[in-house]
Amino acid sequence: MSNLEQTASPVAFDAAPRGDTTAAHIPRRRLEIGRRGLQLLSWLAPAILLVVWELLARGGWLSPQVLPAPSKVIGTAFRLTTSGSLLNDLGVSLLRAVAGFAIGGGVGFVLGTLVGFSRIAEAAIDRSVQMIRAIPFLAALPLVIVWLGVGEAEKIFLVALGVTFPIYINTTLGIRQVDPKLVELGRVQGLGTLELIRRIVLPGALPSILTGVRYALATAWLALVVAETIGAQSGIGFLAMDAREFLRTDVIVLTIVIYALIGVAADGIARSLERRLLAWHPNYGSAR
Amino acid sequence: MTLHVVPALTAVSPAVMVTNLRRAYGNRVVIENLNLRIERGEFVALLGESGCGKTTLLRALAGLDPVDGGRIAAPRRPAVVFQEHRLLPWDSLWRNVSLGLQVGNPRDRAATALAEVGLGDRLDDWPRNLSGGQAQRVALARALVQEPELLLLDEPFAALDALTRIRMHDLVRELVATHRPGVFLVTHDVDEAIALADRILVMRDGRIAFEHRTRGRGGASIARTELLAELGVGATHPAPAA
Repeated sequence: MSNLEQTASPVAFDAAPRGDTTAAHIPRRRLEIGRRGLQLLSWLAPAILLVVWELLARGGWLSPQVLPAPSKVIGTAFRLTTSGSLLNDLGVSLLRAVAGFAIGGGVGFVLGTLVGFSRIAEAAIDRSVQMIRAIPFLAALPLVIVWLGVGEAEKIFLVALGVTFPIYINTTLGIRQVDPKLVELGRVQGLGTLELIRRIVLPGALPSILTGVRYALATAWLALVVAETIGAQSGIGFLAMDAREFLRTDVIVLTIVIYALIGVAADGIARSLERRLLAWHPNYGSAR
Repeated sequence: MTLHVVPALTAVSPAVMVTNLRRAYGNRVVIENLNLRIERGEFVALLGESGCGKTTLLRALAGLDPVDGGRIAAPRRPAVVFQEHRLLPWDSLWRNVSLGLQVGNPRDRAATALAEVGLGDRLDDWPRNLSGGQAQRVALARALVQEPELLLLDEPFAALDALTRIRMHDLVRELVATHRPGVFLVTHDVDEAIALADRILVMRDGRIAFEHRTRGRGGASIARTELLAELGVGATHPAPAA
């Protein structure tokens, strides 16, 4: 069945069903066809954009100083990879992201857990955290530079700062949303406090915590880009700034693409974590 | 009319013993001067209108709510089956059944318990793949795997359809006959009480207002009329054709 061909044009959407298709089947068939077609279209559009870009660049309508051809960017990526500097810079950037994420995530999780469990901890901590959260964390950058200079510490700190709040908020929220009836059941079954947390509270809060992780990945990346743009000696951001000096737009575009790809990869990891850890959950799990 | 349910002393200690229990929410007294004794292996059902304090009494027996007066002598850890199954959606069935079980081989014990309720082949399944009746059977397995001296049932079949409920009644009878815990069933279903219990209590105004001992199947329809009258329902409701 040539579903894809049919749906490449919107006309097929309204086409009358043929043959012995019963009325009851029509809505489902339409939905299936439409989804496939829309998926194809959603990939087709950016592909066309890329081809147009390539043609414009090759035809000379697009100056290489403004935007280099996609093929040239790929060539640059290949060259920089083989020379080793790209992988090195990538490693440095990833290390900063991971370190910042671990620190910020840890702080956010611990604070969120405390506040989620204890009204006293909430009274003591929550308002202050919310006040600091009101600051766009990038606005704190000049102060962070004064404190820590423009070395590794400043970059990791900025990433950690961006990560802390989404993890904190979603951990607190997740713990608060755990069904009190399940907690009561845990007590009936004789679970101690630690077992109660391990078997009931944390698993119950996990969907929310993982949502926080996904938000945090996005802010971590943003923080890293900004931090690396300022006074870095290595890393993807340094590569971009260095290329700017020499008007190497191909390298700049390459770094932008790399940032994007790593963002996508991070999101993919978060999604697969959700699928694995939330296999029981009807909205995430792959289990039937 | 029997107001105090205090049977003669026996050599064996009862599954639960309640003396002069009192429970109030602010000024509203829910339970007042209530006495109750359930022997081991005895099945007691408690009937009463909504809001008469049935569930309050059960929660007090379970140690889930504090009491304002009187004394409860109950096992340290009675097992409870609630109206909702309360299975942990993130744990497999055997992990659910063995929740809180302090033994070396929890999976084996859970497997035995699940086999008893007819779900022995579903050890690694998720709760969300179960029907309402199956989920409640797992909840029963989870309660009985603890080998409790006292089993508290808080309207556990209320949310099930009529046929499933009848099957559950048979299952509960079987399980109770095997494990012999003292059972305290809170229900608003007179027929369920008659079908399951050795002794039926009616709660009114915060105390046990009526007691009926079921003796075989013959007295069932008499008991039904009487119990319905105690619950403030006229005698015009015919018994279901059995």
